[in-house]
Amino acid sequence: MPGRILTEPADIRALLDRVRVIAVVGVSTDWKRPSSYVMKYLQSRGYRTVPVNPRAAGQEIWGERVHASLADIPDRFDMVEIFRKSEDVRPIVDEAIRLAQEKSIRAVWMQTGVRHDEAAQKATAAGLDVVMDRCAKIEYGRHHSELAWGGFNTGVISAKRQRVRHA
Amino acid sequence: MSKSYGLETRAIHAGARPEPITGARQTPIFQNTSYVFEDVDHAASLFNLQTYGFIYSRLTNPTVAVLEERLANLEGGRGATCTASGHAAQQLALFPFMEPGAKVVASTRLYGGSITQFGKTFRKFGWEASFVDTTDMAAVRAAVTSDVRALFVESLANPGGVVSDLAALADIAHAAKALLIVDNTLATPVLCRPFDWGADLVVHSLTKFLSGSGASMGGVVIDSGRVDWHQSDKFKGLTAPDPAYQGISFAETFGDLAYTTHAHAVGLRDLGATMAPMNAFLTLLGLETLPLRMERHCANAAKVAAYLARHPNVAWVSYAGLSDSPYRAHAGKYLGGRGGAVFTFGLKGGFDAGVRLVESVALFSHLANIGDTRSLILHPASTTHRQLTDAQRTAAGAGPDVVRLSVGLETVEDLIADLDQALGKSGS
Repeated sequence: MPGRILTEPADIRALLDRVRVIAVVGVSTDWKRPSSYVMKYLQSRGYRTVPVNPRAAGQEIWGERVHASLADIPDRFDMVEIFRKSEDVRPIVDEAIRLAQEKSIRAVWMQTGVRHDEAAQKATAAGLDVVMDRCAKIEYGRHHSELAWGGFNTGVISAKRQRVRHA
Repeated sequence: MSKSYGLETRAIHAGARPEPITGARQTPIFQNTSYVFEDVDHAASLFNLQTYGFIYSRLTNPTVAVLEERLANLEGGRGATCTASGHAAQQLALFPFMEPGAKVVASTRLYGGSITQFGKTFRKFGWEASFVDTTDMAAVRAAVTSDVRALFVESLANPGGVVSDLAALADIAHAAKALLIVDNTLATPVLCRPFDWGADLVVHSLTKFLSGSGASMGGVVIDSGRVDWHQSDKFKGLTAPDPAYQGISFAETFGDLAYTTHAHAVGLRDLGATMAPMNAFLTLLGLETLPLRMERHCANAAKVAAYLARHPNVAWVSYAGLSDSPYRAHAGKYLGGRGGAVFTFGLKGGFDAGVRLVESVALFSHLANIGDTRSLILHPASTTHRQLTDAQRTAAGAGPDVVRLSVGLETVEDLIADLDQALGKSGS
């Protein structure tokens, strides 16, 4: 079954609800960079995040060993999150498509400012869901009220009581 | 999503989900200053702006945050920052990108208190405010030069009844790579949504119609999220590295969240004009009925204006809802054909007749506020606009003969009867 390019908030929320292990490609060893603290934030919200960065392979970021490529990750992962320039996206998506079955990958997420329509088409044809030009931290925050704490318009209107996740 | 829900639904629900721990349906008042950290690491992430959460209520508070989201939603903006008053919102709106020598152009039609704030107090910070008649587009074009950072107008001016040509003003501001900031207090998002016409920031005094009962003070700055802060070197406050936050650039790090994040994390942190949680709660209560109230406010005002226009002691009525108003066309375009509920009229008897009128009414309250459930009356020349020069007063629509009304929600025949008996006493 082909995947989809997800733009509707409800679809993005459903993806974040399904995913548990995220490979973070291009994550920086500098704690001040967004890639670093988005990874840390996702960890704090219960996701396992596995860093991928060839220049930092073998080091640790937020307690996780850094791998040189997606193929080097020994465990399965649900989603590939990309913190690289748009022009560098294609080979990463190709690798994700190649590994999709073996690693049980279901989605590719390109961070804010990153988009590659051709690679996205290829990924959906291969059965992967794709999110482009969005921040996983903001999208998680939008659906769990945290984004609203900063005064932002989440667009979420609901009279339903939210379940409280206990750590 | 917000786009598919109507204004009335959003006025009640936006930002306010049931409280998750207890299920409480009404928004709780978090009457609280500070928030316990999970551990040292969590505290560091919060102070570095790397995770969501509360540190100290001068910056953010859960009750105030509900109001901020609701206001951002009603205006169709990205984020909002509430303040202790409308004047605090005007200062906070400019603060992220102003510095000594930086220029802002404001409308001569602004509320008199705003003219004093821009023309006197802001100059003490070295912010160079100048004024232009924003109904004269050639004058606006000449005033908004390439070194101007923002053009500041009211959508519906207080108290002159002037409706700004927002689309034309946005074009002029954007051609100079300046922001258009619109004070939407008198129109409210029920009548006008300035972001639909190109505004970049919207400010409100929440003290008026939005809270609605004359019970609490408040202000807000709402960001459209559409400004490219890198388009010019005029916005370094948002693009340059901030040493207090590990050298990050707000524009690069937060994208379209940059302005609102800065307004809390730097603006409220250092200016300190934070809204109290109780005032946020009262304003949230007011907003629940805003669309209903504005409908009746406008209907009552239209009847009172039509009555005054026929009265022999009344020289003129400046109400954008009247068919002979020069702003009728703009009211049609920008206010859905409505004229709001605050307007001015002139007494043939001049200054003395104005003083006699405000002292003769029995149902209208003589006070310096607008946007209350109660009807209010004011003679600006002897009160709010005292500090201005004659020329400034006339430019602001507050000459000696001018009386301002804020028409409330009472039975409209009672309001007209009160004015009728008082006009009889004030004479012409």
